Amino acid sequence: MSNLSLIVVLLMLLAMGYQFGTRRSRNVATVNPNLRMHSRPHHYGMMVGLWAVLPAFMLLLLWLWLSPAVINAMLVSALPADIASQSAEQLRVVLQRINNLASNFGVVADAEQWELNAAEQLNQLKANSAIVLTALIAVIAAVGMLLSLQKITPLLKARHQVEKVVKALLVLCSAVAILTTIGIVLSMVGETMKFFSYISPTDFFFGTTWNPRFSTVGVGEQGSFGLVPLLSGTMLISAIAMLVAIPLGLMVAVYLAEYAPYRLRNIAKPVIEVLAGIPTIVYGFFALVTVGPFLRDLGNAVGLSINATSALTAGVVMGIMIIPFISSLSDDIITQVPKSMRDGSLGLGATKSETVLKVVLPAALPGIVGAVLLAASRAIGETMIVVLAAGNSPALTANPFEAVSTVTVTIVNQLTGDNDFSSPQSLVAFALGLTLFVITLLLNVMALVIVRKYREQYE
Amino acid sequence: MTIIAENPIKAVAPPSQVQQKVIASLQKRHRKERLFRSLGLSAVLISLALVAVLFVNIFAKGMPAFWQSAITLDIYFDPKIIKVEEKPVQQAGESDNDFRQRDLAWQTQLGFINFNRLITDSLQQILPDASKHRRDLARVVTSGERFALRDMVVADPSIIGQTRTLHLLTDANIDVWLKGNIDRSLPDEQQQLSPKMREWVDKLAADGVITSRFSLALFMNPDSRSSLASAGLAGAFMGSFYMMLVVILLAVPMGVAAAIYLEEFAPRNRITDLVEVNINNLAAVPSIVFGLLGASVLIGWFNLPMSAPIVGGLVLSLMTLPTVIIATRSTLKAIPPSIRQAALGLGASKMQAIFHHVLPLAIPGILTGAILGVAQALGETAPLLLIGMKSFVASVPASPFEQATALPVQIYLWQGNELRNFFEARTSAAIIVLLMMMLSLNGLAIWLRKKYEKRW
Repeated sequence: MSNLSLIVVLLMLLAMGYQFGTRRSRNVATVNPNLRMHSRPHHYGMMVGLWAVLPAFMLLLLWLWLSPAVINAMLVSALPADIASQSAEQLRVVLQRINNLASNFGVVADAEQWELNAAEQLNQLKANSAIVLTALIAVIAAVGMLLSLQKITPLLKARHQVEKVVKALLVLCSAVAILTTIGIVLSMVGETMKFFSYISPTDFFFGTTWNPRFSTVGVGEQGSFGLVPLLSGTMLISAIAMLVAIPLGLMVAVYLAEYAPYRLRNIAKPVIEVLAGIPTIVYGFFALVTVGPFLRDLGNAVGLSINATSALTAGVVMGIMIIPFISSLSDDIITQVPKSMRDGSLGLGATKSETVLKVVLPAALPGIVGAVLLAASRAIGETMIVVLAAGNSPALTANPFEAVSTVTVTIVNQLTGDNDFSSPQSLVAFALGLTLFVITLLLNVMALVIVRKYREQYE
Repeated sequence: MTIIAENPIKAVAPPSQVQQKVIASLQKRHRKERLFRSLGLSAVLISLALVAVLFVNIFAKGMPAFWQSAITLDIYFDPKIIKVEEKPVQQAGESDNDFRQRDLAWQTQLGFINFNRLITDSLQQILPDASKHRRDLARVVTSGERFALRDMVVADPSIIGQTRTLHLLTDANIDVWLKGNIDRSLPDEQQQLSPKMREWVDKLAADGVITSRFSLALFMNPDSRSSLASAGLAGAFMGSFYMMLVVILLAVPMGVAAAIYLEEFAPRNRITDLVEVNINNLAAVPSIVFGLLGASVLIGWFNLPMSAPIVGGLVLSLMTLPTVIIATRSTLKAIPPSIRQAALGLGASKMQAIFHHVLPLAIPGILTGAILGVAQALGETAPLLLIGMKSFVASVPASPFEQATALPVQIYLWQGNELRNFFEARTSAAIIVLLMMMLSLNGLAIWLRKKYEKRW
């Protein structure tokens, strides 16, 4: 049976076990009218269902994990001696060929007799494995169900058992978040180490030219992988974005929190937050076809030469994207500043703007800094806007009117769905990704710490 | 300002030097106040204007693409051209498999027929000088339409020998020409259409043979490179649909379960603190990093297929998970402890208190968070590029394990198409579709929040 149908069968078993369990617990209850059952009928049902399915499911997982290796080992031991004694790499090729033959995938030309035999044997082994697995699962499920049905007595604490399983499931789900982080770090560190075996870390971190040649395996010259121009491009664009977003976002937050009439606030806040929900590819397209040409024409009009795709274009559009991050976070923080501080300042005769500038904003400053850091980390990790609108030219320049390239753009360029991760040209994407991850992580942690400190201050 | 005008001192005696100073500085300070206030208002107005510009711009560019030039032709399904046997019918006693073989053979036969002849024959009727310009003639209708004709015959073979009036999409360049997206005064060598074509097209448009019609092709067809005018979003839409299915089935239940554990069961200690910081961080990790994770772990280690929606869905699930966890936790936090205490007091176990009493109350909040998470995943592009969803796919995927693209990736691919003056509008149209989907998801979330919002 295929794995999918096995899982369907297991689900059906779960339902069956549930039915049997509830019915049996009701029977037990009517037979012993003096004794109160410990748990409700559905707990007994669930318990029986779980006993039937969980061990069998674990066996299925174990089998799926181990059986390919076992089958391969059996296959290799049956191969002619001169072939089985080849190196691991050659053996892998042989096994691949046999696999293709066995599944009729593609036409493997001039298959030899021993290969055909092996393919035949492989199919046989796979069929056997499936039969044994099905039989084992059937036995385990049956045993689990019968034993647990037998165990149902008024004293059996079925609810405790079921709740333990549910809790384990909850813990497992929370662990996924941790596993994701571990997975990110491990996979990227692993691939980055491989990259550093080709290129020395100093050349990567301090190199000032970015010019990876096309992937040619075994050629001595590897091109130069200098991070500096990419990082400078990222910083330049992020700086422009922050220059656009901080004043606008902050003023929006101040106005909405302190001045705006209720109705304006109710309309303006969600409308501006729409900006945060727009997919970044849309911003990228907007930058490419509208903002870029507009800035170029503007530059021509005042005698500046601005590229249509430049750091300025990407930065301005990214700034627009970030406005709501800054405005809504700062808005929350400004409204959290205690009213007594405002009243004190106003009572001393300060105007509203003086109160905002000299009392409210300084009090809210840590929180606002946190918001700005979060927004900056968003800007640094932003991909699609810069892919479309930054011009993709990895030059070390501080001129915002020129095309630049960034870390994220380069990751996309170096690794566009190529799953051959053996050349430094694609491995470098992971080194860049790790750099990006570390930078944003530092910014986020800093922001979180600051925001948390600030919250404690006024709670 | 009014305060100064009502100032009684002014009326009684000339103000002293100190008072004059105060009045002057007060005026200055009030000026500053007004300036600050108008700065704030203009920041709000600028931000609102930016939203408006963005939307107006995209809509102005994209709306025309929903209407495409189509030519109305009387197509005669000429039996002399469509020379095929009768469509096989399953006979009594014939096995399913045999019948399928015969049916396939019949369809293969149809595949060899030049359906373009039907179109050109029909065009020759209305264009008198057509026979001299056969190459141009073959290019009037976009090449994808001949397959539409074939499909009509497959669906209903009795059509052979009849004449049908059909609206066929014209070539993309004709659409560009008629919509004025290309400068008509350009010299011949820079025009995409030959002079003869342009003359025909203008005449046909004036005669009302070529009209602008609402284009279903954009929604019904998969992407195409040979027949640009009929390139559509169906494939990308299905790809996105499968991915969102994976996200809804994986990220939402797992995120809710994790949030329940962390909020209700987990002991407060170092480890849970770490988990909390970790989840907050994960929510702010750049999306492209998740793409790298997918590329190296899912494709590199687990050997999952490249460009498949299942891989994209897994990557997006991992990305959405922290959003769902955070939203669910804040919803759970807002439910007053008295509910839990009441349930516990009546003898419910902690598990029962949470699953029977707290969770039902939290469902609207959880749904809102989940919908926002799904909307975010729907618009994500960068991680999908890294797991191979950038490749051109000309079919609608039938399962999550087949090659596919997604809506945002389709936008990325279309914006890079060489036929710029046709695809700029088409890309904007695709963006409108994507934005509409996202706005309706967000609207749904807001509606849910408004409808079920409870203040405790």
